[in-house]
Amino acid sequence: MAASSLSRILDLVEKHQSRLLTSWLESQVAAGTLRSGQIREDELKEQSQRFLREFLNGLKSGHGDDIMGQDWSPVRELLGEFSRSRALQGFTPSETATFIFSLKEPLFSLLREELKDNAQQLGGEIWTATKLIDKLGLYTGEVYQQSRDDIIKRQAHELLELSTPVVELWDKILALPLIGTLDSERTQTVMENLLNHIVKSGAEIAIIDITGVPTVDTLVAQHLIKTVSAARLMGADCIISGIRPQIAQTIVHLGLQLDVVSKATMADAFALALKRTGQAVTRTSAKPA
Amino acid sequence: MEQIPILKVGRCLLVSIQIDMHDKLALALQDDLTQKLVETRARGVLIDISALDLVDSFIGRMLSNIAAMARVLDAETVVVGMRPQVAITLVELGLTLTGIQTALDVDRGLALINRLIDAEGDDGAGGAH
Repeated sequence: MAASSLSRILDLVEKHQSRLLTSWLESQVAAGTLRSGQIREDELKEQSQRFLREFLNGLKSGHGDDIMGQDWSPVRELLGEFSRSRALQGFTPSETATFIFSLKEPLFSLLREELKDNAQQLGGEIWTATKLIDKLGLYTGEVYQQSRDDIIKRQAHELLELSTPVVELWDKILALPLIGTLDSERTQTVMENLLNHIVKSGAEIAIIDITGVPTVDTLVAQHLIKTVSAARLMGADCIISGIRPQIAQTIVHLGLQLDVVSKATMADAFALALKRTGQAVTRTSAKPA
Repeated sequence: MEQIPILKVGRCLLVSIQIDMHDKLALALQDDLTQKLVETRARGVLIDISALDLVDSFIGRMLSNIAAMARVLDAETVVVGMRPQVAITLVELGLTLTGIQTALDVDRGLALINRLIDAEGDDGAGGAH
């Protein structure tokens, strides 16, 4: 039954390919695919054409509706490509799935025309077609989800890189402006970055500026202490700067022992670092009035 | 048996650990080092671990022991050349080598030791200047 139904669908699609394409495009447009302006009409047409071609090949293979099989792999690749590009272009999941699901209407009306005298058979055919298209639609959804996950992972990684710069402030002095909450993963990156820079630049003092750290709790303090200890093992001293009044109070209330020189501002820390490394910055002209 | 060479540089002794440490070797090193310290009347010990890509609690304790022994013999100990990965591992293990001075490389280590020795003020027992 299943095989014969698919062959009927195959016949229909083959015979009315261009008509199917036209009405499919119409129903996609009706569903609002073009409205957001993220995809052009000719692009959509080309994608639909390619899909129909591969869809036909898949149907011809005679392996039924096992879309995870070998014969359907070109269709899967094509769908994967479309959903990935749609995910990147910022389509919503329903907009992406509409691409496949809107094929139902034209296909069903073709079937209806063909089998208008045999209600029972029509029901069977529609069920087969629905099953196949649903599977393809679900696959589209999965790929879409996966691409979004990939994007999120990449962004998280980029954020990690972006938010942990090590700045060479002066000869033998590094600055490490921390922005955002310090979790274990970030601490690891920060530490690695800092230590590698210490080796590269031969710095003796690292200023860790926590102006951009919204809260300091026991965990953040723990991470700070780890970073300071690691730098100390490499022979570099740390100064913590940018402690806001609120944070100073929190640190005392929590009873945290930072065991490291701390300064209120980066400027103070820098002055101390200059003094410790035996350097000085002098004004070359008189102070303007 | 392998032996770790101990070189005299100015007022201090330079030990470069380049092979995997085990108990016997560590004991031998402590023996040799204390011997040399007394012999040469050196005022500092510089331990270079830049060749080690793995430092565990055993080596950490050995370093602490050496530092303690050197202190008894009136010498400062500075550990130099620790790799970033090693530092991170030690911190994660909770071994921060308290009581041991550290420096980035041998050059800075030597400078640090000289500063420490000078800071002590008396140069009575100094070796070659």
